[in-house]
Parts: sequence; C-alpha cells; structure tokens
Amino acid sequence: MADNKRIDEPTGTEFVGHEWDGIEELNTPLPRWWLWTFYASIAWSLVYVILYPAWPLVTQATEGVFGWSSRGELQEEMVAAEQARAGIFERIAATQTTDLADDPDLLNQAIAGGAAAFKQHCVQCHGAGAAGFEQYGYPNLNDDDWLWGGSLTQIEYTLTHGVRWEGSDQTRFSLMPGFDGILERSEVDDMVDHVLSLSGKAPENAQGAALYATNCATCHGASGEGDRAQGSPALDDAIWLYGESEASVRQQILAPRHGAMPGWSDKLDPVTIRMLAAYVHSRGGGEAESETGAADTPETEGESEATPSVAATPEDGANGRT
Amino acid sequence: MVGPDQTGKPDGNESKRDWGGALPKVEADPIVAARPPQPTQKLYEKRKAVHNKRIDGPFRRFKWLVMLVTLTIYYVTPWIRWDRGPYAPDQAVLVDLANRRFYMFDIEIWPHEFYFVAGMLIMAGIGLFLVTSAVGRAWCGYACPQTVWTDVFQHVDRFFDGDRNARIRLDKAPWTTSKTARRLGKWTVYLLISFWTGGAWIMYFADAPTLTYEFWRGEAAMVAYATVAILTFTTFWLGGFMREQVCIYMCPWPRIQAAMLDEQSLIVTYKDWRGEQRGSVKKAAKNPDAYGDCVDCLQCIAVCPTGIDIREGQQVGCITCGLCIDACDKVMKDVGRPRGLIDYATLEQCEAEAAGAPPTPAWKAPLRPRTFIYFGIWGAIGAAMLFALGTRSHTEITVSPDRNPPFMLMKDGSVRNSFTLRLRNMEARPRDMEIALVGLPDTAAMWTDRIAREDAAPTQVVSVPADETRIVRAYVVVPAGTDVDTFSFQVTSLDQQGEQDIEETTFSGPGDN
Repeated sequence: MADNKRIDEPTGTEFVGHEWDGIEELNTPLPRWWLWTFYASIAWSLVYVILYPAWPLVTQATEGVFGWSSRGELQEEMVAAEQARAGIFERIAATQTTDLADDPDLLNQAIAGGAAAFKQHCVQCHGAGAAGFEQYGYPNLNDDDWLWGGSLTQIEYTLTHGVRWEGSDQTRFSLMPGFDGILERSEVDDMVDHVLSLSGKAPENAQGAALYATNCATCHGASGEGDRAQGSPALDDAIWLYGESEASVRQQILAPRHGAMPGWSDKLDPVTIRMLAAYVHSRGGGEAESETGAADTPETEGESEATPSVAATPEDGANGRT
Repeated sequence: MVGPDQTGKPDGNESKRDWGGALPKVEADPIVAARPPQPTQKLYEKRKAVHNKRIDGPFRRFKWLVMLVTLTIYYVTPWIRWDRGPYAPDQAVLVDLANRRFYMFDIEIWPHEFYFVAGMLIMAGIGLFLVTSAVGRAWCGYACPQTVWTDVFQHVDRFFDGDRNARIRLDKAPWTTSKTARRLGKWTVYLLISFWTGGAWIMYFADAPTLTYEFWRGEAAMVAYATVAILTFTTFWLGGFMREQVCIYMCPWPRIQAAMLDEQSLIVTYKDWRGEQRGSVKKAAKNPDAYGDCVDCLQCIAVCPTGIDIREGQQVGCITCGLCIDACDKVMKDVGRPRGLIDYATLEQCEAEAAGAPPTPAWKAPLRPRTFIYFGIWGAIGAAMLFALGTRSHTEITVSPDRNPPFMLMKDGSVRNSFTLRLRNMEARPRDMEIALVGLPDTAAMWTDRIAREDAAPTQVVSVPADETRIVRAYVVVPAGTDVDTFSFQVTSLDQQGEQDIEETTFSGPGDN
C-alpha cells in the first residue's frame, strides 16, 4: 500500500487505502487506553486461568486454585436449600396432624412440600393431576369419595401403612370374595342390575336385592353406602373405581380386582408423609377429622400397638397379594 | 489490492483519481489549510490532557445551577421520607427489588404494571429527541452524568493544582514530594466523591437509613458492597481520568446526535464570516480591512472541557456546554467588539447571517414542526400514563382453571371444577373482598381452601393482606346435568371504593373434550 500514503487534508490523517464508491477509510490511531484495556483483558484471562477451571485435559479440566466447580456450587445451593427448609421440617414434625390446619402458614408449606413429593413418588399411579386411572383402579384423589377415609389423619395412615401391603402389619386390608361359581349366571345378572339401581342407573330388581342383602350388605351396607373401616366402596354414588359399565360391575362381582398401594414408611420420613397427606387432603375432597375418627384410625403411627379395624388379619393380607 | 476503480487501472497518480462525479471539487477550508498536515502516523494515540481554564459567564452559571440541581436530586432523593401507613415503606423513592415494588411518592408500581416503567423509558428516549430538536446537544452539555461528574472532578483539579497554566506546569514537572502529595490528595478526593456516588446509588434499592447503618457495620448484602465497589471504580475512572474520551470514543449518543442534527438544530458555532481573518488587535488596527473579529486569543480552546477548537466547526467532541461562548464574549467585551462571535445558532441562521441578514435570536430555533411533533408524542405518552395511573383499579383478579384434571365428578353426580384465583390488593391496607360467580345457575356453589365445603355458597368473602396478592384455591360445583360452558369470577372490594374486577373462565364437565 505504499502508493496510498496520502494524507486526508481536513483531518490530517493518513488514508488506509480502502475505498467504497468514493468513500475512503482513514487510519485514525486507536486511543492508547484502548490498548491498555486489551492488555488488561489478557492479564485478567491469565489470572482467571489460574483461579478457575480452564484447560481441558483428557478426563477433566484443570481445577484452578479456587477449586470451583459447577457441581460443587450446586451442592452448596442444595445444602443451603436444605438448611432453609430444616426449620419447616422440624415444625411440621412437632405439629400434630390434627393441628396442622390451625397454622395456615405451616399448612401451606406442608402442601407445597407434599406437592413436590407427590410428583416424585405418586404420579406414576395416581397421575400428575392426582386424578387416578379408572382402567387400572388407581383411585382419584381429587373427589369426595374415599375408600379408607379422607381426613388428614386417615390419609396419613394410608400413606404410612399402604393398602394390602405386606411391608406393614397395620396395612389397610380387606378382600372381597369372588362369586364366580357360587352364584348362578342369572343371579349375577340380577345382582348387577341391583347394584346399578343403587345409583339409579338400572331399574329395581327384587331378585337382586334379596341376593345383595344376603351376600353383600355386610360389607357394602344395606343401601350400598359402603364401609370405610373395611375399605368397601360405596355403591350408591356416581364414582366407580373400575368403571360404571355393566361389564365392569359384573367382572368385579365374579372375580374382584383389588388395588394395592405400598406403604411409604420404609421409603419416606414421617414429615414427608405428613406433607403428602396435607397435599392430597388439599386437592378438594379432604374431609374434616370426624369425631369418631380416633376409633377408625390410630392417632399414632408405626410403633403403636393399635391395629386398624380392618376385617382381615395381616397374614391374610400377605396371602392375598400372591 | 486494487480499488473498485471502474475507469481503468490505478495509475498511481492520486490527483487524477476518478471520483465518478460523486464528489464535487471543494474549495480548501481556510482554517484547515492553515494547519499543517501531520505526516507521521501513530498506531495509538496518547490522550491529550485537557486543562480547562476557569471562566465565568451566563452559561457557566447555568452549568453550576444544573449541576447543583442534578446532584442534589441524585444524592438527596433516597433520604426523602413519605408516609404510606404501616403496611408500606416510608421512603419516597424506592426500588424494592426483593418485594417487587417500585415506589415513587404517591405512585406504587407492581411488576405486572411494568409498562409504566417502559412508558417512562420511552418518554426518556423521546425526551432526548425532543431536547435535541429544540436545543441540540444540551443533554451532553449540561445534564449528562458524565458531563456533571467530569465537571466536578475538574473543579477538584483546580482546587488542588490551580488553574490551567499551573496544571500544565505541574503535569510536566518532575515527581517531587510536593507533586506526589498533591496528586495523592487529589486522587483521595476523587475516590471519596466516587465512593459517595456509588454509595448513594444503592440507597434507592433499600431503606436508606437502615442500609447505611448495615453498610458500615458490615451487615449489608454482598450485592450492596459489590455495587458500591463497581460504581466507585467507574466514577473514579470515567470521571477522574477518561473524561472527554467517554464522549468521543465510548458513548453512542454523539453518533445518534450526528444523525439527528440538521441545519435547523441549535449548535454552538463560530461565526467564521465575522471572525476571519484572525489577527491580533494591533494588526487589525494597522490594517482593518484584512482582519475579522477573532483576535486568535485561544480562550475558547482554553476553557473547553473537551479540549477542542470550536472554530473548526461542528464536531463530535463538542458537547455544546457554551463555556467558549462565555470566554469569547468576555474577550469581545474587552476589545470592544460585539458579543456572539461564538454563539448558539443554527447552520441555517449562520448562512443567512453570513449573507447579510440580521442575526436571528437563538430562542426562535426550537419553533419548528419537528419540535412540536416530538413534544406532542412525548406529552401524549405522559398524559396517557397519568390517566392510566389515575384511573387504575387497586383490585384485580386473575383466574387459572385446573387443567389436570379439568373437572371432577363428585359422589352425588355433581361436577366440580377447581380454580386458582389470584386476588390482588394494591392498597396499603388489608381488605375484604367478595368473590361472586357470574353466569352460573343459582344451584352452583363455591368453597375455597379456607372455607369448608359445608359452607359452600355462590359468594365468598376473602380477606387479602395489605399490598399483596392472595392465592385462593376455589372449588365450584354445579349439580348433575347443568349445561354451562363459560362463567366469570367477579371480585368486589368490600370498602368505600367498592372496586370491581371480573374475569371470564371456562367450566368443564363430562362430555366436553
């Protein structure tokens, strides 16, 4: 570019030699401080390389003097979050389940914690919205129909000991006999009619009513109101665990299906279980503690000798699962 | 490299270069012609220190006034108290990031009303356009923080080292004890001012007295110390050392200004038709016809805070602070010539004046459509925001229906939908609000996470804490067979204001898919 050593008269600056449609570039000197900024950046990068992970090696990068790592930072944050939660955990642990509702702030914390635990442990069967799966008989937890009771303590008990779970001798347990081979085919038809008539889905059937009174009323109640003490579903309402079709009612009479839920006492701490109970209770179907609730459900969990007033013995439960 | 010369190969003779007729031949500028071309090229240029001379005059006094007002606003505002009752902070201007509130005297902005802040920013932007079209680079010259703090630091220089000539001498002097002491003293004062500047900034983000107390006890948040450190450094560096280089090299605003200024914009300009040919009073006395009014005393350069020569014409370094006008007017008065050799004027006015028209007063320059249009837009946004602020409701409801599951069949066959309601109480006092169902049959009922199902009713009263949004889970149930698609939640504040808000939502049931 020797031939471009020309000076722009107005500014006294040399041309670079580049030209676009008559517009030329001047070789304006860079301010000196700009150069210093550049050097400062280089110096900073050297310091950074020494202090922080920088050079990629075969399996990992150089560690840096500070020993910083993103995993370590996450670990610190997790510990901090744990510590922040610790107070709440202690308060929930120290609060009787029945008193939880008296402390709205604590209850909110419990519900939030329960919602998180629910996503981890419960959604696999009960679904993300806790609406269950009729196809498999996973109950819906949003409605006001409860097999084993919908108060906070009852839900907590079910969560702790499970349903038909061999891991706890206090598990919620009951079995319905199958009527295949016991009842005639026509008798089963009558029975199906009667069961459906309890919620107004079929006309009255006197034959079926008589059979029902003899075979079913003990557990399901004279008018099909069910019995929570035994986990016998109510037959007079709009909610059906395995569906309301004639076929599914018939199948349930001939060869009943029995749902099972693991108790969570061996996997989760009592506080998490209490929070889960609070969350399930908050889904809109939660019931108040009944006056006679103490008789239905032991106040204390786990070690207590109080047995749930279920119909069968734990040994039956273990057999029933096989 | 061959340039895009379409007429043929470059012949090396630059004077014969074909410009394609794009550039007409320009007469050599007499001012520029007087300056010798600089033959040596450097890759990097050292900063030429600016030691501006003390000057007094109307523009300098105006600059003092603006400095006083802007710095007072900056340092004092966070300390103004403003009583808002027991439920809100009593700081007049507070950006409460932790609680997501912005307080400005009687105005309180919530995050969802950020459009007010956006509106203020738009007004600030258009305000700059407006100021530019009315009075040119007045922002640069008087109100820009870089200008104000540079001015402060230049006065510190003057206090420690004396005026222009003394400072130039001291700069060149060897590093004696006395010079070192002066420099250290000066830089200490720089640092104190910078620290005070950084410290004042954080006061806008927390209760000022509390934060000050915590700050000195070492109990304030880390971010407070980091912010003060960063702002102390930037003030110290940009105000103490970079100064006019920020305007010339870093700031985008002068570039934008270059695009916004036209021949009708007010600029500070040297009236060369009057000033040229420059010469001393003695020379002019001998040969009056050969010389103009400019006595070439260089006072305009001496007082310039960015160190430029205004007589070279409009340039990026000129922040139009008017100090050269003060200097020139003083000299003109001393030599008995009319003031205004350097003055605020538009290029159009200059041309007319050069052609012999009488000088137009500078105040007429802003009177043009562009200024009025900018003002109209600026004012309209401001008026719209004031109207919105004045009429906004302090009670709001938002409704989010549960989507999983969308509806719930109950034991008795009725259908329940669940909703998350957010009740916003934007008053600084707790209020009771009534939630009502609108557009549902009378048989519909509602309960909430705090009201048992036994107490379900078509309306519910919820108390919302002061200045908070309360989240309420609402359950709405309709009897079996009710046909309903949409309905609304209506919230009414149960106080004298009786404010209302309504939001429509959907009701799902079996069969909707």
